[in-house]
Amino acid sequence: MSTLTLTRPERVGHPLRDTAIVLGRELKPVLRDPFSVVFSMIQPLFFLALFAPLLSGVTGLGAGSSLQWFVPGIVVMSCLFGASMTGSNLLMEMQTGSHERTLVSPLSRSSLLLGRALKEIVPVVVQAVIVVAVVAPTSFEVHPLGILVGLLMLSVFCVGLGSLSYALALAAKGQDWIFWTVQQTFLFPVLLLAGMLLPIDGGPEWLRTLSKANPLTYIVDAMRGLFAGTYDVGQLLAGTVAALVVCALGLAVGLRSMRAAD
Amino acid sequence: MSELQSTSPMIEARALTRHFTSRKQTVEAVRGLDLTVERGELVALLGPNGAGKSTTLRMLTTLIPPTSGTATVAGYDVGRDPREVRRRIGYIGQGNGAGHNQRARDELVSQGLAYGLDRNTARDRAVELAASLGLAELADRKVSTLSGGQRRRLDIAMGLIHGPELLFLDEPSTGLDPQNRANLQEHVVALRERFGTTVVLTTHYLDEADSLAERVVVVDHGTVVADDTPDRLKAVHASDRVVLGFRDHADAACAVRRVATAHPRAAVRHDGTHVYVEMGGGTFAVPALLADLAATGTPTVSVEVARPTLDDVFLNLTGRSLREGTGTDQSTPSETEEVVAA
Ligand SMILES: Nc1ncnc2c1ncn2[C@@H]1O[C@H](COP(=O)(O)OP(=O)(O)OP(=O)(O)O)[C@@H](O)[C@H]1O
Ligand SMILES: [Mg+2]
Repeated sequence: MSTLTLTRPERVGHPLRDTAIVLGRELKPVLRDPFSVVFSMIQPLFFLALFAPLLSGVTGLGAGSSLQWFVPGIVVMSCLFGASMTGSNLLMEMQTGSHERTLVSPLSRSSLLLGRALKEIVPVVVQAVIVVAVVAPTSFEVHPLGILVGLLMLSVFCVGLGSLSYALALAAKGQDWIFWTVQQTFLFPVLLLAGMLLPIDGGPEWLRTLSKANPLTYIVDAMRGLFAGTYDVGQLLAGTVAALVVCALGLAVGLRSMRAAD
Repeated sequence: MSELQSTSPMIEARALTRHFTSRKQTVEAVRGLDLTVERGELVALLGPNGAGKSTTLRMLTTLIPPTSGTATVAGYDVGRDPREVRRRIGYIGQGNGAGHNQRARDELVSQGLAYGLDRNTARDRAVELAASLGLAELADRKVSTLSGGQRRRLDIAMGLIHGPELLFLDEPSTGLDPQNRANLQEHVVALRERFGTTVVLTTHYLDEADSLAERVVVVDHGTVVADDTPDRLKAVHASDRVVLGFRDHADAACAVRRVATAHPRAAVRHDGTHVYVEMGGGTFAVPALLADLAATGTPTVSVEVARPTLDDVFLNLTGRSLREGTGTDQSTPSETEEVVAA
């Protein structure tokens, strides 16, 4: 070999190693500033403090306390916000030249997406733990197994949603306004139609139909069952299928966009 | 690495072409560019804004596919085997490579890992490079808090971390102060000595191309308009400037005719007590010229010979100056005052 390099070619481009490197890089800012995750919790905590009390007179919240009904929804909501906005980090990296640098590196295109999308699991877990810790001393009943399974399902969903958000950033080609317009247009209908803040059951027929077409509805319903410790197989199955479908679709779209990235 | 790959040129681009279409307008950024770079060469691509330098590098580094034409880099075709190309090269782009919410040291280590270094080697190299690029104290800072020049140094450190066979640098010294520019040049030289790295860089700094590169490729409107050593380019495309000073106006007026007769191909004019001569090989012609002028009764009292700069070469080749702000307007006010025809 005529040139001496530090690189060990046999290590370069291994898909799992690549994904671990990208995931590791994405997690570093979180590890360095754990408070950044805590700050992103302010919003759901406001909902808990200022919105949840309004639910006390609302009907259709099931058997438990209104918090028991509301908390799973708020956990899903904060993850929905986080995962749908995550593409904005990539958008920023596209503008500075950082994304270009990683595209020239031998990291596989797939790992550039997978590593990023997998990171979404971390805020899901951290935020859920904080919310549950805050409400644990109240009328809210903690069912650890149910919470664990629920978070697993939500993580699968968020990996898919994060992946879609990255695909959107790539499609926007670094233009902020395109990204944010599409993200906001999508976010609120999905949020409201999933019955996260108020029950859908009392709504008009057309609204309930739309709600049934929203995969997030099934995840929220399943999470409510799990957080309450009632394990309804049908509900669980529907939620799992919805999460897997979103995940598969998101990854398919995300991987396609990243592989086509120039 | 096969025998063929280690003896074939590091870069071989043939009729490389790239068009961009935006708003129904087609920009021909690169038009049929040919470039061969041998292993171990240090080549500077020089060209005005929009000449197609970055677009050329982006094609050679597999970032964008050529519209037509081919390029083989480090033994592999950029279109067919982009991953093989990527694992063999390093690239410091025109933008900033570090993520804004990352710590400088973390980005260096991640970059090393991405290129196949193990964690310890990556950490050691990060410390080594941070120290030698004056980043040691900044290594734990968030990238968004670094100054422009500090970020540029971080980019350079990231590009060097894996000691690549072939390194592309797109305007590496933009935003660096003179000391750090010198430091960058040392790094490029050291990299070649240590790893035998082939280097292709683009620059607007003529002195940088002049002192660093053995070969300067001048690019304009997407094609190569000249390709040679800095010295040869200067010899062929620009002339020496000789300024002769005389005792008085009358002597200068006599001398200007004498010089013009002796060197019919030189551009000669006089202004007050000075005669300005632009000619090829001026450094060799001056001694005889001075002797002749002394013998004919118009002795010189001062003499100045300026070698041409790459900027002169540039102006000559492209009709534009590389120096910011000056454009093509190179004339000084006195130049237009008294132009004496021989
Ligand atoms: N993505 C793009 N879309 C449209 N036009 C582009 C794109 N990239 C480059 N161009 C155009 O192609 C031409 C060459 O651009 P390029 O960036 O290669 O120039 P350059 O030589 O690197 O210039 P500079 O010295 O300013 O960096 C320019 O006219 C530029 O506007
Ligand atoms: Mg450029």
